[in-house]
Amino acid sequence: MLTDLEVGLYIFMLATFLGLEIIRRVSPLLHTPLMSLTNAISAIAVVGSILVTGAAHASTLSRTLGFIAVTASMTNAVSGYLITDRMLKMFKTRKPGGDRKGAA
Amino acid sequence: MTDTAVQYIYILSAALFVFSLKWMRSPATARRGVFAGEAGMLLAIVGTLMRHEVVDYKLIAAAFVIGTVAGIPLAYLMPMTAVPQRTALSHAFGALAAALVGTAEYYRATPHGAVMVALVFETLLGFLTFTGSMMAFGKLQEILPTRPITYRNQNVINLSILGLAVAAGVWLIVQPEQAWLFPIFIALSLVFGVLLIVPIGGADMPTVIALLNSYAGLSAAAMGFALGNRLLIIAGALDGSSGLILSIVMCRAMNRSFTNVLFGAFGQVQTKAGGAAEEQRTVHSASAEEAAQILDAARSVIIAPGYGLAVAQAQHKLRELYDTLTRRGVDVKFAIHPVAGRMPGHMNVLLAEADIPYDRLFEMDDINSEFPQADVALVIGANDVTNPAARSDKSSPIYGMPILDVDKARTVMVIKRSMSPGFAGIDNPLYYLDKTLMLFGDAKAFLTDLVKELAEVAKAA
Repeated sequence: MLTDLEVGLYIFMLATFLGLEIIRRVSPLLHTPLMSLTNAISAIAVVGSILVTGAAHASTLSRTLGFIAVTASMTNAVSGYLITDRMLKMFKTRKPGGDRKGAA
Repeated sequence: MTDTAVQYIYILSAALFVFSLKWMRSPATARRGVFAGEAGMLLAIVGTLMRHEVVDYKLIAAAFVIGTVAGIPLAYLMPMTAVPQRTALSHAFGALAAALVGTAEYYRATPHGAVMVALVFETLLGFLTFTGSMMAFGKLQEILPTRPITYRNQNVINLSILGLAVAAGVWLIVQPEQAWLFPIFIALSLVFGVLLIVPIGGADMPTVIALLNSYAGLSAAAMGFALGNRLLIIAGALDGSSGLILSIVMCRAMNRSFTNVLFGAFGQVQTKAGGAAEEQRTVHSASAEEAAQILDAARSVIIAPGYGLAVAQAQHKLRELYDTLTRRGVDVKFAIHPVAGRMPGHMNVLLAEADIPYDRLFEMDDINSEFPQADVALVIGANDVTNPAARSDKSSPIYGMPILDVDKARTVMVIKRSMSPGFAGIDNPLYYLDKTLMLFGDAKAFLTDLVKELAEVAKAA
């Protein structure tokens, strides 16, 4: 049987290769929104932060650090997704006839 | 039962993150990507709240409210020119969260073995990315001096601090009970983050931001190993690989290596320039009226914008020029160098904000072959990325850097305040070519005049 660590390493390796393949195909046009999107996704640290903050019999230290961590991740998630969408809305193309059309 | 459900929710969440990035491939699907990302995050949060380990919701709810209240203005009130700063700040927050969770876990469980290795990684990367990103934020916001700060034996000092931090980390892995060492380990990581960014100049910020992005992702992945959470491993790995690719793109665009960016203190003013440049050379300058006549007679125009355009707040005037020329049947394209702007892809966002259609924005590799057929290449607020010395002059500090081939167009126009050398202090032979017309003035004011003169030309015709 594989240990947790070994399973984790397999997942990490495959996710990194997948990430490299997907990101390589992202248009350089969108590199700034891409970075703010991955910023928002890295707010996934919120999972660990919630577990630390909400655990039974957590010490004051854990709860304080966890509270700051949840706040920081939540700020990242909210602002990251909203600003990415705000940027993407600006990317318009001009259709024949002069109309500008949103990216969506 | 619930815990099994949570695992399936996490799997779905991971899949949504993958789709989210996949849909960033083109502007047509990108907003769907944001939606997938939001859904993935929502599932991750809901799933985590459902777990039986989570019993106390008060603090979590309070943190959610504060985070949301802080996040909304950060997203809507930021001008697009400030997106690099916001991104740096956001790397800092993400890394801080990872580092604090690592710290809390250490004091709660004092883990051993592989988990402790992961925890040390998470905390080291988290704290150094936190202070490093705060420094990057300070430099981009110009609270801190943007020029690189160097001192004697800088690399030796920095590497010794890193060495000490790693040594403390290894000691903690071997003997996790040495609790006195943990604060020292944290302090060393924090100090190294600061020292890492001190010698890095403004020109290298795009690379550094991308690199910090990668570190923030890796610390989240390390948290996944420390907590045995596979969703964190996947999301962190995706984030880490994205930052890695972007920093490689940036390094390539400047013909530099990682080591050179991190330890080379680039952006130092190259004082040795001069010498051969002392001889008298003539430049041709032109007025807005003359420039308007040439533009009016052109069939194809390629515009090469640089960050100076944004500094002069001239994006919207440029849009007016684009509209005027397009209406008169001129084919107008924009040539975007990867490092035009302060973070990867920044110039595209600035032009999109000014309502310039994105199908007119072309990457360097796609547009360079078109310059020889272009009647006019108009350079605005860009300098080094158009410097032909990068192609031919082996002694130039930017030799080998890929550039926009504006000098191959029939006529080159450069809007520039004066002849003073740019940001990196490197002389640009483009300005002395016979076919180059220097349009002296502030970018915004000159573009305003240019639009006015074009209207006059149109009336006269």
